[in-house]
Amino acid sequence: MSDHEYTPTSKFGKWFNDRLPLLTLANHLTDYPTPKNLNYWWTFGGILTFCLITQIVTGLTLAMHYIAHADMAFESVEHIMRDVNYGWLIRYIHSNGASMFFLAVYIHIFRSLFYGSYKSPREIIWIIGIIIYLLMMASAFMGYVLPWGQMSFWGATVITNLFSAIPFVGEGIVNWLWGGYSVDNPTLTRFFTLHYLLPFLILGLVVLHIWALHVPGNNNPIGIDIKKPSKDTVPFHPYIVIKDGFALLMFMIIFAFFIFYSPNILGHADNYIEANPMVTPAHIVPEWYLLPFYAILRSIPDKLLGVVAMLSAILILAALPWLDTSKIRSAVFRPLYKQFYWILVADVLILGYVGAMPAEGLYLLVARVATAYYFLHFLLILPVLGFKEKTLPVPLSITESVLGGSPNLATAKNKESFDK
Amino acid sequence: MKNLIKLLSIITLICFTTAQSNSAEIAKFLKTDWSFKGVFGKFDRGSLQRGYQVYTEVCSSCHSMKYLSYRNLGEKGGPEFSEAEVKAIAASFEVTDGPNADGEMFTRPAKLSDKFVKPYENIKAAEAANGGAYPPDMSVLVKARGGGVDYVYSLLQGYEDAPSGVNLDEGVHYNKYMYGNKIKMASPLSEGIVEYGDGTEATVEQMSKDVTTFLMWAAEPHLEARHQMGFKAIVYLIILTILVYLSMKKIWSRIEPEV
Repeated sequence: MSDHEYTPTSKFGKWFNDRLPLLTLANHLTDYPTPKNLNYWWTFGGILTFCLITQIVTGLTLAMHYIAHADMAFESVEHIMRDVNYGWLIRYIHSNGASMFFLAVYIHIFRSLFYGSYKSPREIIWIIGIIIYLLMMASAFMGYVLPWGQMSFWGATVITNLFSAIPFVGEGIVNWLWGGYSVDNPTLTRFFTLHYLLPFLILGLVVLHIWALHVPGNNNPIGIDIKKPSKDTVPFHPYIVIKDGFALLMFMIIFAFFIFYSPNILGHADNYIEANPMVTPAHIVPEWYLLPFYAILRSIPDKLLGVVAMLSAILILAALPWLDTSKIRSAVFRPLYKQFYWILVADVLILGYVGAMPAEGLYLLVARVATAYYFLHFLLILPVLGFKEKTLPVPLSITESVLGGSPNLATAKNKESFDK
Repeated sequence: MKNLIKLLSIITLICFTTAQSNSAEIAKFLKTDWSFKGVFGKFDRGSLQRGYQVYTEVCSSCHSMKYLSYRNLGEKGGPEFSEAEVKAIAASFEVTDGPNADGEMFTRPAKLSDKFVKPYENIKAAEAANGGAYPPDMSVLVKARGGGVDYVYSLLQGYEDAPSGVNLDEGVHYNKYMYGNKIKMASPLSEGIVEYGDGTEATVEQMSKDVTTFLMWAAEPHLEARHQMGFKAIVYLIILTILVYLSMKKIWSRIEPEV
């Protein structure tokens, strides 16, 4: 938090602020000292906030016209697309917005992995982030069920059936989730309710996420602790606001391109076929953003262990601050970690690719190797690397690193080579 | 900055290529130039009107289009029949309405607000009349098939004699673009099966193109509005982005020359 006390200038302002310090909060948010060397990877926090608000606003509008009933859901979506004023626009923003949201969150997470933003003293921010990510996946999955197309129905069937892997009580839990003996109207109505609820939980967690961030302040590309405020920092407004705004606009151009010119490219054609419990689609595939985890699930021959592996793949991230034993945050000064980082990125992309392919032959083999490597990275490579790796000398301040006037000329150059 | 552009463009590229490879099917689809593709893509009005004719005279005897209303035929961005024409089209269909004051159902000519009349009462009746296969509703058909318009366009022209070694059951036909090559629908189009009022020659290729265009409009009735708005929105965003970029440069120059 900013160190100086804030006093409103007007009398009314002071009176109000003494009773509810909203002005102090506003002052904190504008003055908030931010490292001046943040690069564009840091703009995705703001972009994600935009995504969340966009999803909530368009979602509320859609909910005014959508009918959560197995016999009417598909038709009501067509009603939105055809007869509601700009309904097509709102729906396409919402459906593509989910993809854009995940695109941004993956960049945000991988930025954190590169620069060690999850390390002390930012563990709580990181863990809240993981919870947000989990809720996002739950939300997105349930949202995909609502149009009640073939992929909605069969995706819901496959995913809810995962719970049947739990010994003894599995079947009971699945029936309880469905509200019956198969995915049907009760499933749809409860999914709609939860799909409506979860984004507001996410919103609350985002507030906590930002609050927790504002205690130690932002990490930065060289990953050192900085004095705040100092010549290493700039006030959030206008410097970061305008930079985030610029990045957001670039993001919106891509977003707009999807909405207006390829609105269905990220979805599956089968979801324009109304749900039919009698006909199973040839390939049941989840949305692209869930594919890496789907690949992990399918790479394990045993159903229960597959589910455990899939969940562990996400939950392992929560333990990351303790699995990574290195004291150095930024990969800029960790030559070995940097290489393993890019291997992990490639590994996850490969998992995503094989997740979209049928689980057989070479694809299955690749999925198994990639799954094994994923866990190896977190459980073995990271803990050992912290002890073994010879790190590069870290500059004492941002100014020093930027000017390069230090014993760390080489590292300053190194940093630049990543930036450019 | 450069990184951001690089990353975003790579991601866009990946999205497009994977989406394209996902929709790759057994045989390469026939290509034709669709007037509605691209940033300024619009429907060919004549093609839509001819496509509607093919739909009514050929497809509609088995395929329903339950999400469309007759009024849609006169709306902007569609076939844009005149109001009198649409009223005449609607009036040529009979719909069941009611109950009236006596509690009786009655039939009357369709009005603009009525949905397209279905060929069968329900799915079971449709299956019974078509050898057990349900002719799918055509309202969003092109969006419900991998390959979209190219697939439908190809399928209509993809009927062939079965190659030797392929055994077809009674009432099953060979189509090289169909998933598994076996289709219950007999080749629906043949030279001159409809007679176009505007003098266009009704070849199978022409009819396929017209009816597919019509189906695209049926699935995306606001496509033209979407393309127009998209162009405006993106131009607006680009101008705003440039302005914000310049402002950012100016603001950051107080701190350091390079952002």
